[in-house]
Amino acid sequence: MKTAVNVEKITVAYKKTPVLQDVTFSIPEGQLVGIIGPNGAGKSTLLKSILQLVPKTAGDVSIKGKTVQQQRKLIGYVPQRGDVDWDFPTNALDVVLMGRYGHIGWFKRPKKKDKEHALSCLDKVGMKAYADRQISQLSGGQQQRVFLARALAQDASIYFMDEPFAGVDAATERAIIALLNELKKQGKTVLVVHHDLQTAEEYFDWLLLLNKHLIASGPVSKTFTTDLLQKTYGGKLAFLSSS
Amino acid sequence: MQEWSQLLTSANLQWVLLGTLFLGMASGVVGSFVLLRKESLVGDAMAHAALPGICLGFLLYGRELFALMAGAALTGLLAIYAIRAITAHSKLKQDAAIGIVLSVFFGFGIVLLTYITNGSAGNKAGLDEFIFGQAASLVFQDVQILLGTAIVLLMIALLFFKELKLLTFDPLFAGGIGLPVSFLHGLLSSMVVLIVITGIQAVGVVLMAALLITPAIAARYWTEKLGIMAMLAGIIGGVSGVFGAMTSAVVPGLPTGPVIVVCATIVFVCSFLFAPARGLVFHWLKNKKRDQAIWQEQVLRSIYELLETRYKEHSTSLVFTKKELSYFTHLPPKRVMKAFHDLQKQAFIGNMNDGYFYLTDAGFQKAYQSTLQYRVENVYLMYESQLGTPPFGTEDRDESETALDTMNTELRHLLKKENLEPISFQVYKTTFKPYQNDI
Repeated sequence: MKTAVNVEKITVAYKKTPVLQDVTFSIPEGQLVGIIGPNGAGKSTLLKSILQLVPKTAGDVSIKGKTVQQQRKLIGYVPQRGDVDWDFPTNALDVVLMGRYGHIGWFKRPKKKDKEHALSCLDKVGMKAYADRQISQLSGGQQQRVFLARALAQDASIYFMDEPFAGVDAATERAIIALLNELKKQGKTVLVVHHDLQTAEEYFDWLLLLNKHLIASGPVSKTFTTDLLQKTYGGKLAFLSSS
Repeated sequence: MQEWSQLLTSANLQWVLLGTLFLGMASGVVGSFVLLRKESLVGDAMAHAALPGICLGFLLYGRELFALMAGAALTGLLAIYAIRAITAHSKLKQDAAIGIVLSVFFGFGIVLLTYITNGSAGNKAGLDEFIFGQAASLVFQDVQILLGTAIVLLMIALLFFKELKLLTFDPLFAGGIGLPVSFLHGLLSSMVVLIVITGIQAVGVVLMAALLITPAIAARYWTEKLGIMAMLAGIIGGVSGVFGAMTSAVVPGLPTGPVIVVCATIVFVCSFLFAPARGLVFHWLKNKKRDQAIWQEQVLRSIYELLETRYKEHSTSLVFTKKELSYFTHLPPKRVMKAFHDLQKQAFIGNMNDGYFYLTDAGFQKAYQSTLQYRVENVYLMYESQLGTPPFGTEDRDESETALDTMNTELRHLLKKENLEPISFQVYKTTFKPYQNDI
């Protein structure tokens, strides 16, 4: 199996204390990867540092054997929904079109072809009917789907998703899962920051257990064990052992 | 009037008007991005912080426009840097940092300005015009610089529109697709610096931020598209600029800045009140309409309950008085009367005579539907734990409708069991009679 993402000894510090320390792992192609860990474990920071959105103190990242900068067009990204102002004057289709900006290039406007592509991506997440809707008038789940559609519009082969399941309704959660499986079927790799331990085993093929350090990285069967989870969550996992 | 036409034919004023037109346009467009990035106050701090720079430029090189602008840019940028540094390295939030930096720089500027005006330094005339702006005092060379800067800024906004838009909406994603975020960030900051330092001579340091922000806020009320918003803001800014320059040219001693701001503010207030969808009046009307619809439904349900009580007591009069109703509604009498009146106008309630009213067929149907829905929802809440997943309030409308369909049969059954099923139109038609036997 080829390697999709290779991370070598990443260390990230925001103020004095490191948020991530010596994190090393590699992910084979075509996997649905869940990044699991308690609050403040550095899950989002890991995604951001891989994408070079926050400065690393140390470490190397390669995407399919090349640097991130060389592989930008292979990378799809879904930031956290709460990070943007949803009262921004724009509509759903326009947000999805932003996924094409990397392909369109400087000084050029999106063409009809790009718009059609964006519309088909909206269709894939069941949001075609909302293309002209102002984004503040979408529900939380619908906003999340628009973000996913935007990542689809990037035509990437490796996707990074930051908490796509946070605060969405059941219908959207099912839609996202269906989409993840569809992407996997097309041979794409997806890394998802995930909060819910209950569903982690069911949704993913591969888990990264993270708590500032990497606790484990591997197929679900080998990593979703009481022992390793206990180690990841520390004392906070009491409720799991009782259930 | 003669004065106006005389003025308008003056070549210098024509240039000044053209200059302020483009200044207003560029500042409206740049301001749209500043507003959406929530950096309005940073723009304000920067404009105020330009004053000490202007004074320093004057002290060092005399009244050379380039020296003054360079000084303004220098202290303006220093102020932005100070705000960022304070926010990054202390527990102070941005608003506090802006408050400190703005007042310190501006205070320092006033001290320098007073020193200059009291001193014996060469040609000091006109320096205090930088506080409130005096467009009429612009000379041809100033206007050239103004025009040049404004056109360059408009071009940049046009060329980098797509990138600046993404940077403003979602900088993380912009970085994710490999856009040079720090370059774009710097570009936008430079645009703000440029517009502020070229604008202050016409508008003044105190009110420059208003020309930057007010047109953008006003424009935001009319559209949900960034491109149109920027364009509208440009037009509003341009018109305000021309109006301000013209008025201050006609009225001796009236500074330009305040007039421009008053003009832009009038446009803002009109937008705030009357814009469709976002305007206050629109919201007020929409809320009023919604409230009235709720009152009407409540009154209809009350009439329905009144009739139902009679039916259970084997009384068959279908007429009722307004007074009887008040026992059944929890609404204040004024609202009951308003709803009653509206329902009569829509022919849901008919007037018998002598203060006696009745429900028309359409009125009964509407009351029945409303009561049925109300009770179904109540029964659902009573049996929620047994009925399982809630069919209401699901985001997916199709899904919630099918869920409602399957649940409806069950709910109707429960309604009967709880003895809450409303009496039907059939029963109403055959049982109730239009005479008053027991009122």
